[in-house]
Amino acid sequence: MEQLKFDYPSAVRPVTKRAHVGVVGSGDMEVLMQPSETGGAQVSILTSVNGFGASWKAVMDRFFAKYDGAVRIDINDAGATPGSVMLRLEQAVEMIAPREVIKQ
Amino acid sequence: MSSAIVIPAYVRRHSFIELDARARAQSLMDPGSWRELVGPFDRIESPWLPMQGIAPQSDDGCVVLKGTIAGKPAVLIALEGKFQAGSMGEVSGAKMTAALDLATQDSQNGKKTAAVLLLETGGVRLQEANLGLAVIAEVMASILALREHAPVITVIAGTVGCFGGMSIAAGLSSYIVMTVEARLGLNGPEVIEQESGIEEFDSSDKALIWAINGGEQRVGMGVADELVLDDAEKIAASVQKYVRAGLPQVPRSQQVELYRERTAALDTSRQIDPLTLRKSWNRKTNQGGAR
Amino acid sequence: MSEQVGLRGKAWFQAFTGKNSPMVGDPGSVLTADAKLGEDTARFLCVVPNPEARFPCAGRGEVGLEESYTLATRIREAIEQDKNGKKRPIIAIVDVKSQAYGRREETAAIFLATATAADAYASARMKGHPVIALVMGNAISGGFLTHGYQANRILAFDDAGVVIHAMHKEAAARITLRTVAELDELGHKIAPLSYDIHDYAKLGLLHKLLHVEDPDRPSQTTVAQVQKELIDAIADARAGSQDLSNRLTSPGAREMRKAGLAARARMEEQWRQA
Repeated sequence: MEQLKFDYPSAVRPVTKRAHVGVVGSGDMEVLMQPSETGGAQVSILTSVNGFGASWKAVMDRFFAKYDGAVRIDINDAGATPGSVMLRLEQAVEMIAPREVIKQ
Repeated sequence: MSSAIVIPAYVRRHSFIELDARARAQSLMDPGSWRELVGPFDRIESPWLPMQGIAPQSDDGCVVLKGTIAGKPAVLIALEGKFQAGSMGEVSGAKMTAALDLATQDSQNGKKTAAVLLLETGGVRLQEANLGLAVIAEVMASILALREHAPVITVIAGTVGCFGGMSIAAGLSSYIVMTVEARLGLNGPEVIEQESGIEEFDSSDKALIWAINGGEQRVGMGVADELVLDDAEKIAASVQKYVRAGLPQVPRSQQVELYRERTAALDTSRQIDPLTLRKSWNRKTNQGGAR
Repeated sequence: MSEQVGLRGKAWFQAFTGKNSPMVGDPGSVLTADAKLGEDTARFLCVVPNPEARFPCAGRGEVGLEESYTLATRIREAIEQDKNGKKRPIIAIVDVKSQAYGRREETAAIFLATATAADAYASARMKGHPVIALVMGNAISGGFLTHGYQANRILAFDDAGVVIHAMHKEAAARITLRTVAELDELGHKIAPLSYDIHDYAKLGLLHKLLHVEDPDRPSQTTVAQVQKELIDAIADARAGSQDLSNRLTSPGAREMRKAGLAARARMEEQWRQA
């Protein structure tokens, strides 16, 4: 069990909605995305798989390189692959702002 | 040569089993009538799982929607089979009992409120052992209290099935709806094999498991009420029918004499053939659904 | 764990009721008798091993099909007899290994059988019968859900032979990939996992833990002692509500079930707004 936290202070575009996607089943995770209360974006991850801090940081860096919403993200993880993490994040964004597709 | 394109029924139907618990729950409520209570953003999680290195879930695998079904007040409680096999923990159990108790209070105050339980569960969550067992006892008590006023409808869709203590809770409900893919039993085949040996139950014998625990058998032998296709519309229609039906004349778990006599008549010198049993038990008088 | 499941239950059943055989027509595994208890006549029920069981997986003190239907029948009989009069106390003497783990049982829908017994206990409670569970040995899993866990009040002997749990230790160790020693150690840190009755008592589900000298051999003194505790529990049940809310309001529950109580409070709040 590991708790990871990342901040992305430059993600400042206001968002108004919240979204929940995914299930904490084997190889999957849930993400809760909602407007940040403090400005910038904060990510908090609770994962049952230890030792993947660097991979998590890489995925989050990649996500916030394309996305600038000021969101609070909470993740409960049961061993999702980096690919499914990105998919879940994109699904959450799609729910809070259907037309603001992530910059490609 | 010409050929008309025929779209088979299984392509047109909307699978219910493929949905997660939340989507299943939403698909059974009257559109626009419902609100989720104590949802993921309330973040009431199991305190016991992280202590054992296991990630919790923000809704503890239990989704509660309040609204209407067939125009009548209803609460829908769904267990997420993909989170800890739908097992019952302190929080999921508390959500279920609280929702049932509030439906009972509303019913006593004149607003009859039905409950629909979507059970995908192996029973007690072993990481919360004694609290899991305790909440199942409390869920059972709350089902029995509500069942005097308004119907409690259990839906078992699959693929986890409904086992352990929660199968007893299913047995207490007013009606049980099952799909062909659903299984219902107190002890899972693996548990029986482990406790009583492979000669008692070979848990790798899938055909035997379906013959005993499967939806077709449980409905066929009269211990569940309706067999439905894995189709969200068909399951919704079945649930609406039982919400409208109100209370059964005698809940199945009070038909003690009937089942005591049937048990007395069983030849226990060898294993019981499921198909023979189905034929001998299948009588219309036993359908809990019939009024 | 006590030497043999059910023997302790049988000894105490006999001490309370003066009887040691089942009622006419009942299987050898269920003992039922009415006996004086203070001002009341109480109905005592006990599941015991039955070497001549018709069902091969239900002979060693398990709750199977016949046990469930017999309990349901005898409880409903008391409800019916008392429907216009004083509701007699119903005492479940609990010393049960588990539910029966057999294929015959599954085929013949043991989930429904156990539901009839739990329904009968709960129906008695909701109709005003004080229902007391007296745990003096094992109270494991579906066995306890069927026989005892619907009681208004649960009493347990304070003794190493008393084990209340969701799954017996060997199976739990196997499934959770832990050794029995690890399981014991974990239990002292995480109370709901524990097999120790003192840890169970912390959860706030018990009405009282009773220290009884030599629990395998009831004596005049200990029988009188336990009878007094039963009488007190009956009075307490009669004075209280007919649901299980006392399990949520106990000091133990307020300490150990904070998350569950928070979920319940939030549900009540949001229910009224919805």
